[in-house]
Amino acid sequence: MSIWKKLLVTAAFSAAMVVNAAYADNVKIALVVKSLGNGFFDAANKGAEEAAKELGDVELIYTGPTKATAEAQIEVVNALIAQKVNAIAISANDADALVPALKKAMERGITVISWDSGVAPEGRQLHLNPSDTNLIGETIIKLAADYLPEGGDVAILSAASTATNQNAWIDAAKKVLPEKFPKINLVATVYGDDDSAKSTDEAKGLLKSYPNLKAIIAPTTVGVVAAAQVVTDEGLIGKVNVTGLALPSEFKKFIDNGASQAVALWNPIDLGYSAIYLAHDLAVKKEEAKPGATLSIGRVGTVTLDDTNSAAMAPPFQFDKSNIEEFSKIY
Amino acid sequence: MKNLFKYREAWLLLAIAVVVGLISTRFPAFARPDNLAQVFNDTSILMILALGQMVVILTRGIDLSMAANLCFTGMVVAMLNAAYPGIPIPLLIVIALAVGLVLGAINGLLVWRLDIPSIVVTLGTLTIYRGATFVLSGGAWVNADQMSPAFIGFQRAVVAGIPVLSWVAIGVIALFFVLMTRTALGRSIYAAGVNPTAAVYAGINVGRTQFVAFCISGMISGLCGYLWISRYVIASVEVANGYELNIIAACVIGGVSIAGGIGSVGGAVLGALFLGIISNALPVINISPFWQMAISGSAIILAVVLNARGERRQGRIILKKAEAR
Repeated sequence: MSIWKKLLVTAAFSAAMVVNAAYADNVKIALVVKSLGNGFFDAANKGAEEAAKELGDVELIYTGPTKATAEAQIEVVNALIAQKVNAIAISANDADALVPALKKAMERGITVISWDSGVAPEGRQLHLNPSDTNLIGETIIKLAADYLPEGGDVAILSAASTATNQNAWIDAAKKVLPEKFPKINLVATVYGDDDSAKSTDEAKGLLKSYPNLKAIIAPTTVGVVAAAQVVTDEGLIGKVNVTGLALPSEFKKFIDNGASQAVALWNPIDLGYSAIYLAHDLAVKKEEAKPGATLSIGRVGTVTLDDTNSAAMAPPFQFDKSNIEEFSKIY
Repeated sequence: MKNLFKYREAWLLLAIAVVVGLISTRFPAFARPDNLAQVFNDTSILMILALGQMVVILTRGIDLSMAANLCFTGMVVAMLNAAYPGIPIPLLIVIALAVGLVLGAINGLLVWRLDIPSIVVTLGTLTIYRGATFVLSGGAWVNADQMSPAFIGFQRAVVAGIPVLSWVAIGVIALFFVLMTRTALGRSIYAAGVNPTAAVYAGINVGRTQFVAFCISGMISGLCGYLWISRYVIASVEVANGYELNIIAACVIGGVSIAGGIGSVGGAVLGALFLGIISNALPVINISPFWQMAISGSAIILAVVLNARGERRQGRIILKKAEAR
């Protein structure tokens, strides 16, 4: 290393120390998302900003990798540890891969919570589910069943075959099928990897393989748009109903054109808001995250932790012709 | 017949026929003409991109930034369409070509003027163009709802039985066929790749030829930016993430030599079609997603192995002929 480089590095370090000292009074909470440039997470950030403003003493850092991979997220977490943040609230790209990095953060006294997409229990203090896994599983089937009084064949178009969230919801959906929706026949589960092109191929494959298909359920915001576009292109509006979890702004067109009757999603604004509140509860109020504990999430209410220190925020919210216009303007 | 199979394209066509035949045993409707026409339409964008990539690879370069260029250009036209729905589609396509050309020219200039290896240049610009997309859009998405019906409908309009998207692909293929086999530029692209030293003696400016090749791949990426966004009706930073590898795979399967100088329009098109058929067919024949990835990967490796062997044999034959004389 040349003398100039050494000087530069020293200067950079001292500058960083000065900056750190200046903000010492504020609680630095980092909202780490799966990837930047995703409308869902941008909406979560809006809620987080709202919470930060309400709490007053929070300095919010909104960050995440540009590519939705665990490796990239580990780098982001390591950078946050180096910056000495007070709390990390993360939506994880992989439940296990992030554990070592987050453990290191906790060893340094950083409060770690996961939200949206969880981390294994040893890698965080608590996890905030957007909703209850069972409730979501039931909702996605119900969204299809509500418009199929006669019953019929349905298929699921999921994200990656390894996605923590989607797999849990699909398992829950399969559990409620036989007793609550006996007329609904789930014929296939395919994986579009949250990639428009792959999801399109898979949706087309479903329509070819199952000519009697009545509904495609896509519990992922990328897949649901791809499936709805395929149904529109193939002239199957009215024959195949596309439903699942979708962002209202992205999906409005397909509620309007009839490719879909209704979709659902939790409110990402509330989710980001609640995540910041929980991180603040633990980091500042020194509340303990243990099974049975009840924690405040501001205007959204309270949550109670279960055996694995997980909590559910609220049931998914349904969007149809009556309210899509209004919500598409929000997120 | 024996002569015919000297050509790689014939082998590929045979491989495609075998694959289609195999798929038909499990899903008979697959080989129906209307379904094959649909597969062609689904693969159009990949075919067009593969042709752009081929031109660069022929000059001993590689363009890793095509998907990022596509993403940026797509975002530009999507945002323009969202803000000014009145702009006619032909003008938007011209804008897409122009934006793509500028991004391609940046690659070309760096390779030509600064003499940096193209893999390094485009690895850098790949990140820069993705980053620029993020900066341009502020991370926001452009949704189906914000795009005008004409913007989405253009490539879906059916003319003489097939969608405009397929016609665009056919047009681009024809254009490249003429360019590569009937023009001085096409010949100099081959010459610059086969033997740059000899090309210089023949009066060809190798650097400039590479620059032009990058301009072509840039324009192609720009065109596909519009096609991609209007096809999948969403413009985001994630668009076509990692797709550069599919493009290169299509070229490699199609017999375009990574070492430059070898490759044909027909090969690149068939290589893309092969990949398109696989990704179209795997979902309908009910194979677990884990196997799907393995199958696609094996097809690529198999193609490369066959390709490498083919090239080696070719080399020997030429030497024997030289000795015989």
